[in-house]
Amino acid sequence: MSVSLTALPATGTMRRRFVPVRLLRQLMVPGAIIALWYALTVHGYFDAQTMPTPQAVGLSFWQLIVTGQMWPNLLISLQRVALGLAFGGSLGIILALASSLSRFGEDSIDATVQMARTLPHLALIPLMILWFGIGETPKIVLIALGSLFPIYLNLFSAVRAADPKLIEAASTLGLSHVETIFHVILPAAVPGFLVGLRQALGASWISLVVAEQINASSGIGYLVMNARDFLRTDIIFDGLIVYALLGLATDQAVRALERYLLAWRPSIIAAKGA
Amino acid sequence: MNMLTEIAPAQAPGVTPGVTGEKFAVEVRGLTREFGTNSVLRNLDLQLRPGEFTALLGRSGSGKSTLLRTLAGLDAAPEGTVTVPAARAVVFQEPRLLPWKRVWQNVALGLRVKDARKRAEEALEEVGLGHRLKAWPLTLSGGEAQRAALARALVRSPKLLLLDEPFAALDALTRLRMQAMVAALWQAHQPAVLLVTHDVDEAVLLADRILVLDHGRIALDLTVELPRPRRHGAPGFNALRAKLLDALGVREDGATV
Ligand SMILES: Nc1ncnc2c1ncn2[C@@H]1O[C@H](COP(=O)(O)OP(=O)(O)O)[C@@H](O)[C@H]1O
Ligand SMILES: [Mg+2]
Repeated sequence: MSVSLTALPATGTMRRRFVPVRLLRQLMVPGAIIALWYALTVHGYFDAQTMPTPQAVGLSFWQLIVTGQMWPNLLISLQRVALGLAFGGSLGIILALASSLSRFGEDSIDATVQMARTLPHLALIPLMILWFGIGETPKIVLIALGSLFPIYLNLFSAVRAADPKLIEAASTLGLSHVETIFHVILPAAVPGFLVGLRQALGASWISLVVAEQINASSGIGYLVMNARDFLRTDIIFDGLIVYALLGLATDQAVRALERYLLAWRPSIIAAKGA
Repeated sequence: MNMLTEIAPAQAPGVTPGVTGEKFAVEVRGLTREFGTNSVLRNLDLQLRPGEFTALLGRSGSGKSTLLRTLAGLDAAPEGTVTVPAARAVVFQEPRLLPWKRVWQNVALGLRVKDARKRAEEALEEVGLGHRLKAWPLTLSGGEAQRAALARALVRSPKLLLLDEPFAALDALTRLRMQAMVAALWQAHQPAVLLVTHDVDEAVLLADRILVLDHGRIALDLTVELPRPRRHGAPGFNALRAKLLDALGVREDGATV
């Protein structure tokens, strides 16, 4: 029997067996951390007042879910991020396209945005509260500001970095300016835009945490601040876990978007497998 | 808004596309092109007849690409007159396919006819890529990508086909196949061809006429009478080769004079 004949089906079964093996490997380190945490709390190395046991965290997480406290707060936090990202992202896209595609746009927009981005947007919180009160508006504006700049900067430079050789080829094919923008320049800018989107999501979560901890009567940040007042460190941990899971979920969402929008990339073609 | 005028000139000034005389596919008179103080083309005259296969040789930096880009309308012709057919197509050294469009979409791009897809697929069949119509360009080999670029040029039924060292980046075997394919496609479609190359053998193998560009002028203009299909080492091949190498300032042993 030839080597290749035996080798081929073997790789097929290996691939299928690989998935749980990889998952187990990925869970190894978090598992070890929880085990260590458990061991330390059980033997009383931590003050039980300030450091909950893993069981207590798990139990209170479950209670937050069954008592119906989790969902409304999670939902309102998600809504704030979605709205802030939608406003900030759209504005970032519009400004970046206007200033990267035309000289007039660049001259009139870019300098102002570059100045504004050096300001830490979280420093605006006191002003936001004075201007917009303590409702939803200041939180959403803060998240929008946090996501605007990463999108603007990355999209702007991605449009400018579009390969001039491809633009030239498009002109020999008789494409107009507008067609060149749609067929060449914008698709070329998608990878850079996705980098910006990733950064914008990161900035959004940070803005959300800060906005909700300063003043809020709902949201995950509110749950955490409320728990602090009652010394419920287990619930504070629950909030941290929720933030981590949300970060992970949005990262996966961007990855999925990447696989869809960048389907032409050899790395993605290879990952999909034939 | 003056969108992108710096990076994507629609039509370079001084180049007139459109009706050329029956006699010539390309007519250039007194073309002068300078980059700062570097004068690349100096009062250059050039005429290409319809259906003629012309090779343009010249040392690196002698202005071959500058001339070709002027004919393609990618570069301005500030001094002199340049008349070229409206139906032109260019193949560069790199395939310059859009990675985010499938191979057939690349070929159909900018084709303003109803059955653009069908035409694109036929052109791809013709260059032997009928099995890769829906492939993503970055999965093609160098030779396949260059054939797709050739299909993208031919599908426009050009009266003038401009080739700027299209085989330079290919391995030797692929290059030989591509040369044979270009010869066959030229005979089937009969465009005027201007092939820029630094490969003397390639010029002798393919062209009716060989020009040598030197100091901004056409320094040598040779008609190639060898019968087709041509082979390396056929009678007359080496004599022509030696003459061209001499004009390029290279002796047969490779040393510069
Ligand atoms: N856009 C440009 N700006 C400045 N100099 C250029 C530009 N394009 C070409 N040149 C110069 O013109 C000369 C001829 O270039 P090119 O036509 O590319 O030569 P070839 O194709 O024969 O190797 C070179 O000296 C090159 O440096
Ligand atoms: Mg060149």
